[in-house]
Amino acid sequence: MELLSFGKTGWGDELLIATMMTIAVSITAMFIGFLFALIFTPLKLSKSKFLNLIGNCYTTIIRGVPELLVIYLFFFGGSGAVMYVASIFGYNEYIEINAFITGSFAIGIISGAYSTEVFRGAIQSIDKGQFEASKVLGLKKPVHFFKVIMPQMLRLAIPNLSNVWQITLKDTSLISVTGLVEIMRQSYIAAGSTRDPLFFYSFAAVLYLMLTYFSMKLINKLEVRYSRGY
Amino acid sequence: MDFELMINSLPKLLNASFITLKLLTASLILGLFIGLFFAILRLNKIPIINKFAYVYSYVFRGTPLLVQIFIIYFGLGQIEYLRSTAIWVILKEPYWCAIIAFSLNTGAYTSEILRSAFQTIKPGMIEAGQSLGISSKIIFYKIQIPIAIRQSLPAYGNEIILMMEGTSLASTVTLMDLTGVAKYIISTTFKPIEVFIVAGGIYLFMTFIIHNAIKFLEKKYSF
Repeated sequence: MELLSFGKTGWGDELLIATMMTIAVSITAMFIGFLFALIFTPLKLSKSKFLNLIGNCYTTIIRGVPELLVIYLFFFGGSGAVMYVASIFGYNEYIEINAFITGSFAIGIISGAYSTEVFRGAIQSIDKGQFEASKVLGLKKPVHFFKVIMPQMLRLAIPNLSNVWQITLKDTSLISVTGLVEIMRQSYIAAGSTRDPLFFYSFAAVLYLMLTYFSMKLINKLEVRYSRGY
Repeated sequence: MDFELMINSLPKLLNASFITLKLLTASLILGLFIGLFFAILRLNKIPIINKFAYVYSYVFRGTPLLVQIFIIYFGLGQIEYLRSTAIWVILKEPYWCAIIAFSLNTGAYTSEILRSAFQTIKPGMIEAGQSLGISSKIIFYKIQIPIAIRQSLPAYGNEIILMMEGTSLASTVTLMDLTGVAKYIISTTFKPIEVFIVAGGIYLFMTFIIHNAIKFLEKKYSF
């Protein structure tokens, strides 16, 4: 227990900060994932074969390639790509991207592929009559989407999105390879300096379990909220 | 684009993918037995036994695979007692540690898949067996298991693909699997995109094969 005390002698405060970091990366990644889903879900549902193909390529490639490989691509290729874009605009200095941004972007792209599949499934399982009814009523496109389709889609999507959240949360452990100090990296440092890997990795497992447990509780509440009226 | 690098790295990466495949097959076989064992425990009516199986699957599904590998590879070596027993021969090898971690992990997911498959079997099927005077053991092996396997094929196919991606974590415990070699080539040549395309292509190819094999089995065993 002494190992977990706060202050200079223990690792309690470091691990607490690391846990916050894990939560921050997961939320950012989930949000970036939603942005990707916002772009790719319409592509997957579109009638054009070409747009379909682009959407399918994204989800198939990301879901068929290991997360770790994607992270390595971003970790080693991220600053190169940004520098290339910057050089087009005439900026030739060395740019280093922060590990938080690369990490959440890499995880975000992965989580986006899963979210896209979830949203696509949810929209497709909405009753066709709902689309037709809002058309017949002459609703404008934004009203049609935000007031008719989205509430129903969210209800159907939330249980599956909670799975995506779990996957995203667990995937953030892989960012530790890039040196971002989240739970895994902090445990690695602590295990190295105290020579007590069993304790620290087990404690990391407990932290992850707590995170998944409490987020599940929260999501269940959301689920109840969005299922009102059913 | 450095096409020469892509062509040169292909044989190395293909070679490394054999390790990936070996890890995958070993953990899937072990994981299937673990999963079946815990699925049967989950269906047991004694609370302690099914709680135990529930906690097992909850813990392994609720924590990242990376933590599980690190606990087994770095953590277990710390216990003095283990070092003196015969198990140490296995536990000191990163290869076996990775297989143990992967099998326990996929076992947890498989147990959930099989459990829900067992629960969806219509009671009428079992009752039909009973009324024909078939012993409960044979009902289990000849009726419940084949139906459960058919029911769980689509979900299990997904699990195989996820597990294949999971084997990439073996590279974190010094194993040179497909991802390990890819990372090595990237960090020595600083050409991440080219290597990603080749390594990712090999992974996608394997995903494609697994996906179609499962589809074929689904068709073959459909009723």
